[in-house]
Amino acid sequence: MKPFAGDQIFVMDHSRCIGCEACVQACEECGTHRGQSLIHLEYVDRDVATQTAPQVCMHCENPTCAQVCPADAIKQNEDGVVQSALKPRCIGCSNCVLACPFGVPKYFARADQMMKCDNCYDRTSVGLKPMCASVCPSQALWYGTEEEFAATRSGELVFEFRFGHQVVPTKVGVVVHDAGLGPVDVSGTGPAADWRDDPFGLESAS
Amino acid sequence: MATRPVSEKELIARFGPHLNQAPPGGWNAGLEIDREVDTHCCFCGQQCGIRLKVRDNEVVGFEPRYDFPFNEGKLCPKGVKRYLQGSHPDRLLDPVERDPSAPGGFRPVDWEHAMSRTTSEIQRIQGAYGKDSFAVLSGVSLTNEKSYLMGKFARLGLQTANLDYNGRLCMVSAGVANKRALGIDRASNPWSDIPLADVIFVAGANVAECAPITTMYIWRARDRGAKLIVADPRVTPLARTADVFLGLRPGTDSALMGTILNVLVQNDWVDHEFIEQHTVRFEEAIEAVSGYTPEWGAEVTGVPADRIVEAARLWGTSATGMLLHARGIEHHTKGVENVWSCINLGLATGKYGKPGCGVTTITGQGNGQGGREQGHKCDQLPGNRDIENPDHRAAVAEVWGCDVDEIPGKGLTAQEIVDAIHDGEIKGLLSICFNPLVSLPDTKHTAEALEKLEYYVAVDFFLNETAQYADVVLAGSLHEEDEGTTTSVEGRTIKINAAIDPPGNARRDWEIIIELAERLGRGKYFPFRSTKEIFDELRAASHGGTADYYGMTWERIEEEQGIFWPCPQEGHPGTPRLYEGGRFYTEDGRARFTPVEFRPPAEVVDDEYPTWLTTGRVISQYLSGTQTRRIGPLVEQYPEPLCEMHPRLAEQLGVETGDFVTVTSRRGSMRLPARVVATIRPDTVFIPYHWPGDRAANQLTNRALDPYSKIPEFKVSAVRVTKADGHVEVRDRRVHTLEEDHQGTSAGRRRSGLPPLLQTPTQGGETGR
Repeated sequence: MKPFAGDQIFVMDHSRCIGCEACVQACEECGTHRGQSLIHLEYVDRDVATQTAPQVCMHCENPTCAQVCPADAIKQNEDGVVQSALKPRCIGCSNCVLACPFGVPKYFARADQMMKCDNCYDRTSVGLKPMCASVCPSQALWYGTEEEFAATRSGELVFEFRFGHQVVPTKVGVVVHDAGLGPVDVSGTGPAADWRDDPFGLESAS
Repeated sequence: MATRPVSEKELIARFGPHLNQAPPGGWNAGLEIDREVDTHCCFCGQQCGIRLKVRDNEVVGFEPRYDFPFNEGKLCPKGVKRYLQGSHPDRLLDPVERDPSAPGGFRPVDWEHAMSRTTSEIQRIQGAYGKDSFAVLSGVSLTNEKSYLMGKFARLGLQTANLDYNGRLCMVSAGVANKRALGIDRASNPWSDIPLADVIFVAGANVAECAPITTMYIWRARDRGAKLIVADPRVTPLARTADVFLGLRPGTDSALMGTILNVLVQNDWVDHEFIEQHTVRFEEAIEAVSGYTPEWGAEVTGVPADRIVEAARLWGTSATGMLLHARGIEHHTKGVENVWSCINLGLATGKYGKPGCGVTTITGQGNGQGGREQGHKCDQLPGNRDIENPDHRAAVAEVWGCDVDEIPGKGLTAQEIVDAIHDGEIKGLLSICFNPLVSLPDTKHTAEALEKLEYYVAVDFFLNETAQYADVVLAGSLHEEDEGTTTSVEGRTIKINAAIDPPGNARRDWEIIIELAERLGRGKYFPFRSTKEIFDELRAASHGGTADYYGMTWERIEEEQGIFWPCPQEGHPGTPRLYEGGRFYTEDGRARFTPVEFRPPAEVVDDEYPTWLTTGRVISQYLSGTQTRRIGPLVEQYPEPLCEMHPRLAEQLGVETGDFVTVTSRRGSMRLPARVVATIRPDTVFIPYHWPGDRAANQLTNRALDPYSKIPEFKVSAVRVTKADGHVEVRDRRVHTLEEDHQGTSAGRRRSGLPPLLQTPTQGGETGR
C-alpha cells in the first residue's frame, strides 16, 4: 500500500457507519463534480438491521475500470488516484460500471459520461481532507496518516481483496476487527453480539 | 379571528414548502466568493462549527470548519445542506397580513401598518381582558441574546406572565430533575469526557440520527475498549453496535433503571464512600426499588432479565462511565422521574465530577441549553433564576431598573397556554421560532385553539404551518442574518456570526421586538442598539445565578472557541466539568437521590387500542421542519413519514412494506405507508413527527403532561393499526410514489411542494443516488 499525497490514507470502517448520508450530501459539494454525488451508501438489508455500507472508490493499483475501458478514458494520476472518465474520450458504454468489483463508477446519461469518486482531488491535492471523510459524523470514513490511525483507532487495515481469481490491491483500506477469522462480518464489533439474533428477546419469551 | 385565509393548497402554492435544490445561481455558477464566515450550524444542540461561503449577500456554500474543537469539520446531512435555507423562494421579504383575496391568502404590507395594527390589537386585548390575556410563545433556536430579549419583552414590554417556549417540548424534564437533584441544569461534562468512559449507557437517545456528532465521541471510547449499553424500543443505528441492547417497552424506563439500581445494590456494585460523603437519601431511593428483581424488571419492561443484570454489572463495575439520555426517556408524563432514576445510577456508583464520569441529557434544540437559561421560560428569569424567589426577582429587577412588582409571576407552560387559548382565557398571541401546530401533541386541539384567537401575530422567515393562522406575520431573520451567542449541548457558549443581511424588507428579530416595545410605551427598558449590548446586559442579569455568564465577553468566546458556564468573574476560565470533587450546586453541596417508583404512562394499550405508538425524529429533518422541509436534498432523504413496524405485527395485519396503514388513537387518525423492519418491538410502532396536516404524527399523540416539567407524553400513546388501501414503493427510507398512488383527499397535497425528482430521477438514467 502506498499512501496518497502527503502520506495520507483513506479508510472505511463499515461497523461505524450510521447511514446518515452526510457523505452523500457532502460529495456533491466537491469542486470537481458539483451537484453530482459519486459516493455510494446502501443498507445491507434494512428489513432486518440498520447496518449501512458506504463505498468510495478504492483507487485500485491496477484499476479494472481502466483495463476494460475500450476508449482508454480512465486515467490514474501520479498519486494513484483513479479519475472519472475523460469527457472527450468517454463513449458512455458502461463497461467500467459493470466491471468494477466494488461497483463504484456511475454512468450519467445526460452527460453521456462515467463519473466516479476521485478522492476529492481538488481538495486532497492542496492538503485538505476529502469532503466525505471531513464531514462523516462517526468517522466510518477516515482520512489521515497510518501513524494517526494506529494511535487513535481500533481494527486492522486490509488493502488487498480477492474476487475469484482476481487479486485487487487498493490504496483505500477497509477496517476489519477480527482479521484472520475468515469472512469479514460487517455487522459490528465486539464479542457480545448474541443479542443481535434476537434483539427483543422474543424467542426466550415465547 | 385567526383562521387560515385560504385552502391549504393555495397557501402551499404561494408560501411553500417549496424546495431549494442547489446554491443561488446553480451548481455551475462558479465558486468565486466574497468572503467566508466562521459560525455554527443552526440545527440541533450540537452546534457544530461551520464556515459559510458568501457572495453578493447570499450564502452559496460551506466549508468544513476543522478548527472548531467540538466537531473538527464533521457535519450531519442537515449541516451540509444548511446553507440552502437561504435565498429561498418561500422567504418572507415583507410583513404580510391576512387577506383571503390575495394570492396565498396574505398580502404584503409596510412595516408601519403591520406594527401599528399589532400595537393597537395588543392594547385592545390587554385593555379588555387584562395583561395576561396576551401570551408569547418563543423558541430556543433563538440566540441567547434574543432569548433574553423575549423574556424581558414579555415581562416588561407586554407585562404578561404568559410566556413560554418550545424548549418545553425538549429538555425540561432533565432540567427539573437536574436542578432538584444536583442544584444546576446543565450537561454534567464536556463531550471530551465521553472518550474517557469505560462504559457508555445510552438511554432513550437516537444518537446517530438526533446528535450525530456524538457518535464519534462514543466510537473514540470504544476504540479504547469501552462497552456500550443502549436502551431503546428500536435497534437504532447506534444500538446495532451495542454490547448490551435493552429493547424496552415504551413507558417503562423508570422500571428498567430502578431494577438496575436494585441489582447494583444487591451485588454491592456501589460506591459507598461517594454515597456517604456527597449524597443524601440513598436509603429512601433503594427502599423504593427493593422489590425490583430482574424478573420483575423483565416482566414490566420486556427486556430479558439476564440483559438487565449484565447492564448493571457493566455500569457498576466499570471505573468510569457516562450515561447519556434524551427525549426517549424525557417525553413522558414521568419524564422527570425517569431522569431521576438515571441520576440515581450515577450517584450510586460515584460516576460524577471525574474525567469520563457523568450522567447527562443530550439537549436537542439549537440553543436548547442557553435559551432556557436567559429567562424565556414561564418560571425562570435570567441566570436560570426562579421567578417565584423574592431574592432572584430583586436581583433581576435591579439590573432591569424596574420595580420588583413590575415583573409578573409564573405563567402557564406552552401546552397550558394553548389549552388556555382553547378555553378562551387567552385571546392574543405573539409567536416566534415555534410551530406548535406541528410540534404540540393532539394537532386537532391546537388548530381549534388557534381559530379562537382574537389576534395572532407571528415573527418568522417562512410562513410556517401555525403562522398560516396569523393575522399579521412580521418578516424576521434567519440564523445567518444576525449575530449573537448560543450555548451548546456541552454548556459551551459560542459565537454566532452574521454572514449576510436580511433580504428585502425583512428585519432582524431583535429590531422588530424592540420597536414593538417602544410602540407599547415601554422603550425605556429596551435601549439596545446591537445584540452585543443585549449580551452585556444578559451577563449582568445572569451574575449570581447558577447559569452565570458574567465573566464572558464576545471577544473571549471567539478567541477561546467557546466558554463553559458558570463563568462568574472576568478572567474566570469557565467550568467544562461540573461537580468536581463531588461538590454539587445544592445548598449543602450534596446531591439528592430521589425515590422513584415505577408507574404506568398516562395511556396504556387495551383491546380497542392494542399497540404502543412512539414518535421521534429522522436525521434529515429538524424539529417541525419549517426550515428542513424546504431543503430539497434533505426532503429527498426521507420525504414523508413511514410507520415502522415489526414483521410479527405486520403479519397479523397482512401488511407488507409500502402498504398503507391507518393508525388511530383516541385523538385522531392518519394514513401512511408501512415500513416493516425487525428493528422495532413487535408491540410498538414508530412514526417520525416532522410533518404537518394529514402527515402529522401529533394527530395521534396525547396531551397528558409531566406534573413537574409539563412536558407532553410524545413517546407513549395507545393506537390501533389497520391495513388501508394503497401501496407505494419504499426503498430503504425513501418513498417513491406517483400522485395516483395516494388515494383519497390527501392526494394532491401530499405531492405538492415535493420535487419532481420523487417521480423521476434528477439525472436521466443515473445509476446512483
